[in-house]
Amino acid sequence: MMHGRVKVKSTAQQEEEKRKEKEEKLKAFVTARDAVLKKRSAGEHDEEALQLTRQLLSSNPDFASLWNYRREVLLQLETSREKDEVQKLYESELHFIEACLKVNPKSYGCWHHRTWVNTRLSQPDWTRELGLCDRCLSLDERNFHCWDYRRVVVKESGVSVEQELQFTDRLIGSNFSNYSSWHYRSTLLPQLHPQPAPDSAPNTSPSPTTSPQAHSHRVCEEQLLKEYELAHNAFFTDPNDQSAWFYYRWLLGRAEREEMISCVYVSREGERVSVAFSKPVHAQSEGLMLVLDGQPQQVEWRSTHPRLRHSPVWLCDLPPGSISDISNEHNLTIHWTEKHTHRDCALYTGCAESWCRDSATDQELFRSELSVEKSSVLQAELQSCNQLLELEPQNKWCLLTIILLMRALDPLGHEKETLTHFQALKEVDPMRSSYYSDLCSKFLIENTILKMEYAEVRVFSLSNKNLTTLCHLDQLLFVTHINLSSNQLLRLPPQFAMLQCLEVLEADDNAIESLEGLYHLPKLEEVSLRNNQICKLSDLELLASCTKLTRLDLRGNPVHRTAHIESELSQLLPLVTALSL
Amino acid sequence: MAAEELPSQFDVVILGTGLTESVIAAACSRVGQSVLHLDRRNYYAGNWASFSFNGLLSWIEEYKNQQEVQITESEQVWRSLIDEGEDAVPLSALDSSVSNLEVFCYASKEEEKEEETKAPLTSFQPVNAETVSEETKSDSTEAQDVVTGDDTTASDAQTPNQEHEVSEPKEEQHTSDISEPSQSQEEKESQLISSPADPPVEVEKKITYQKLVKEGRRFNIDLVSKLMYSRGALVDLLIKSNVSRYAEFKNIGRILTYRNGKVEQVPCSRADVFASKQLSVVEKRMLMKFLTFCLDFEHHPEEYHDFTEKPFREFLKNKKLTENLQDFILHSIALVTQLTLTEEGLRATQHFLRCLGRYGNTPFLFTLYGLGEIPQCFCRMCAVFGGIYCLRHSVECLVVDKGSNKVKAVIDTRGQRISCSHFVVEDSYIRDEQRQSTAYRQISRAVLITDRSVLPSESDQQISLVTIPPLDSSAPAVRMVELCSSSMTCMPGTYLVHLTCSSSGTAQEDLAPVVSQLFHVSTIPGEEPSEGAEERSKPAVLWVMYFNMRDTSALDSSSYSLPSNVHVCTGPDSSLCSDHSIKLAESVFHHILPDEEFCPPAPNPEDIIYDGDAPQAEGPSFDQSTNSEADKSQAEEEGASHEKSPSTESSEPAEMDRVTQQAPPDTTPPSEE
Repeated sequence: MMHGRVKVKSTAQQEEEKRKEKEEKLKAFVTARDAVLKKRSAGEHDEEALQLTRQLLSSNPDFASLWNYRREVLLQLETSREKDEVQKLYESELHFIEACLKVNPKSYGCWHHRTWVNTRLSQPDWTRELGLCDRCLSLDERNFHCWDYRRVVVKESGVSVEQELQFTDRLIGSNFSNYSSWHYRSTLLPQLHPQPAPDSAPNTSPSPTTSPQAHSHRVCEEQLLKEYELAHNAFFTDPNDQSAWFYYRWLLGRAEREEMISCVYVSREGERVSVAFSKPVHAQSEGLMLVLDGQPQQVEWRSTHPRLRHSPVWLCDLPPGSISDISNEHNLTIHWTEKHTHRDCALYTGCAESWCRDSATDQELFRSELSVEKSSVLQAELQSCNQLLELEPQNKWCLLTIILLMRALDPLGHEKETLTHFQALKEVDPMRSSYYSDLCSKFLIENTILKMEYAEVRVFSLSNKNLTTLCHLDQLLFVTHINLSSNQLLRLPPQFAMLQCLEVLEADDNAIESLEGLYHLPKLEEVSLRNNQICKLSDLELLASCTKLTRLDLRGNPVHRTAHIESELSQLLPLVTALSL
Repeated sequence: MAAEELPSQFDVVILGTGLTESVIAAACSRVGQSVLHLDRRNYYAGNWASFSFNGLLSWIEEYKNQQEVQITESEQVWRSLIDEGEDAVPLSALDSSVSNLEVFCYASKEEEKEEETKAPLTSFQPVNAETVSEETKSDSTEAQDVVTGDDTTASDAQTPNQEHEVSEPKEEQHTSDISEPSQSQEEKESQLISSPADPPVEVEKKITYQKLVKEGRRFNIDLVSKLMYSRGALVDLLIKSNVSRYAEFKNIGRILTYRNGKVEQVPCSRADVFASKQLSVVEKRMLMKFLTFCLDFEHHPEEYHDFTEKPFREFLKNKKLTENLQDFILHSIALVTQLTLTEEGLRATQHFLRCLGRYGNTPFLFTLYGLGEIPQCFCRMCAVFGGIYCLRHSVECLVVDKGSNKVKAVIDTRGQRISCSHFVVEDSYIRDEQRQSTAYRQISRAVLITDRSVLPSESDQQISLVTIPPLDSSAPAVRMVELCSSSMTCMPGTYLVHLTCSSSGTAQEDLAPVVSQLFHVSTIPGEEPSEGAEERSKPAVLWVMYFNMRDTSALDSSSYSLPSNVHVCTGPDSSLCSDHSIKLAESVFHHILPDEEFCPPAPNPEDIIYDGDAPQAEGPSFDQSTNSEADKSQAEEEGASHEKSPSTESSEPAEMDRVTQQAPPDTTPPSEE
């Protein structure tokens, strides 16, 4: 009877065969490799070289030297052949690369070589190349090599932005958890639906020029509303997917602040000028010019702390005697020639100091996180997010977005809710609780600055706010008294040295270990650092640069255990007359 | 070829080539049992068969003839073969599993009247029973040609490409296979785009009845309409056994439903929910949240334990899902009824979700060239491992040993007595005398050929599953599968639509109301719809067939009074998938061979040891076509089937020898004492 049972090789037999096969393969590879490298060093550029590299690359397409050799050979052959033949040669090269890409679709060498081959063709077939990209991306939508190559193809072949936007529609439709597609979309939309340039800037700042880039990456409102809907669909469908949230944040805007001189401060004492910029700059190379009473001055700009090479605050000393006489009136202008902007400051008779700046409310100092212009739009978005939060009270993306929206809408009005949401965030996402604490600190400092600006005060209190970090210190250029007590600060950062007017610092009951920022503060007289974590005498060395410091309270710091601390300190800080340990 | 002399002994004789019987045949043959597989029809797959349009017309003709003919039984032939101490149990010669068949044609019949009456006659070619041994693969395709009329190209097209996505969906090679239909689909799309003025022209090019007959071989019309869950029992078995290599599959493109007089897409995958325009964002969240819960509902018993005794529908209501969402989940995702209990509903939803994404955005696969391919694939596997096939060849009666009350032999329709240890038979061969009860359920079926999709979209080459909730609460839910031409079941420019529900009346009574709601059914053949724009927007029915099929799936061994080594396989059920039939096959197999593995993977070609010897065929009539196969892809199977000389390395030969020496194998229950 025929009831054949198939006899199958045993596993040991199979393994042995596979091992032998592998060995032979390796041997063949090594032999061929050596032959190719020898040929290359002999400078041979012939058909055989193509043949040999072909064999090797089809099993290992990541051998970059071989691709290089291949290019050398092809360039050589190009010189000795008819145009038609060269075309054929490169066509077959493209086929070969495609085969290699099947072996490793993420081979740097392959994609690079393909780009190169296209540059050698008189009329590359871009349609075919786009098709190749589509196929590759359908197999692995996050293959960044292919995305890169596709960008080149799109650029070279002049695919329209509309088509590309449809391409992202398609990719996002099939899987919206693909940030590559969302990101690509964000680069296309401003080209296709740009925000119309404002006819007349409504809140024109005193500075006469506005940077032209400020609006270039924004999208017109009609399209924005459609995009919001798309993002809603994504994060309501899957609120844990971060791609759509990031895209949404981009939609809500993150305007770059205008580059400008935000503040000029001048003091007769020490004849010093401090200039604050809207973002960190490197003043020495920015082409700053100081004009005093119509006369350009030769001054040396320095940052407030040697560790800050880029800083929002820069200082310079005027020539001795130029403004020291209190009965003279002076006019000072700082020109930022590169940005075509300047700021004036008048120092009147009888005044020891003077400054010029916009108030925080005018500048919308801290709303740059989200910068959609219309608050009605933001209000609607906040409602959507609150709706989602009701369904998903544990969702961190939703919580964070709500916080950002509230800040954009009304930072002071929403302060209480914001703090509750931060608390919830730290609970649902404990891995990032430090990040949330820092962010919360930043927002609280911003709120305090906003309040301060309304009152134009120079006494600044940030006590008991659970701060973990200090920021926006460039906004506190004129503050004379600061209270940072009862927070969770670990250090006074180098930026602290921007507080050029500071006279009294209270920072009791923190966990401060480092006083790096107490550096050359010309007016600092009194420092209270009770119950902190200052351990070593060396941590206090920088205080010697604050020449007016006379009162220092260090009670409750580990440093008091240091041997001979009192005598060491009086040697280090001879001017301090009231020392508490 | 003459097949007068069948071997007189088999381990297992199987009657009927439906899915269950074919799987059992393959499974038995695979582990070395000698299998004789018979079917009284001239085509494979029984009620699971797929027909060309002309083949279907023949099948209808045959049905009508059978209604008139009275079979006279001739007992004499086999009486003499029954010995002392033996009883004869005769089998039924008539298949009465199909009833209430009605056909209506709405395609224009102008100038084709002659053709039309001739067609069924010319295409029906009675073919002698054929014996198919393991080498005669060509025979098996010939037999199939009978099914598809006299068309050879269609069956040629089926055989060469044996690769498909199921077994190794990730390989690029396979992706290119999948993309073949979609490429042609893209071509069509681009044609559409390039000529937007076309549609009115197309309307003029009405498809006539003559055209349907002429292009009849492009149709593969299933008697039973089923899909495969991508993680269902059938797909698992196809992969596990390597039988999947014999077929090709297409993903179901969309799941639709009929609500408020409109056909709409059901959002069932993450991408669908994201893209849905019918759902509000809050509904999207609610739906996703519920579906996520269903994925591992067992881990949250507190969520549903108050509802275990209550209907799933109530649970959905309690979850504050909107009416919209309740309908989607109940009818189109869980695919259950109003009365289904909560836990079953949750399990059905979970199964659906687990099947998503394996091969595409819906959980379902369809077999290219029709469901009838699947039983044939298993028959092929059986033949590869030595099973013998005869069509138009049945069993007259069983020979039962009075002492043991076991079947020891069968007497075939040619009067040959063939002994066997086990007899597997499809339900429709059983006479009423052997039944404990004759109360059956019925399935109502309608098959439509239409001129366009119920929901036209960018791509006209999608397979759609449409769930139609009951029109009133007492009526059954209707399931509709719309097949496009790239599924290789209908001619380009048409759609093949299958409607299925469990019967409450005749098929026409059950389904005609649904047909007239979703389609334009003209009163005069070939007439243009005149009722206005709304009717025009519906696809027109060109041809429709209604019939009922017996649903015996609820029966088990206690329903029959038959010897214990007779295993009855019930026919197709009304459900969407074939899992019931596969589970039944597995259980019958374990009954026959309790210690053997069910359909272990067929070995890879490179792992097969070749002796270099020519096959030592023992049956003179079965080795004729060994060298006739040119198809490269079949060489491996031939290699597999040729290998049968005893080898010391294998533990199998001993068993094989036993069989050849006609000694009963240890693994089978003693049957000849």
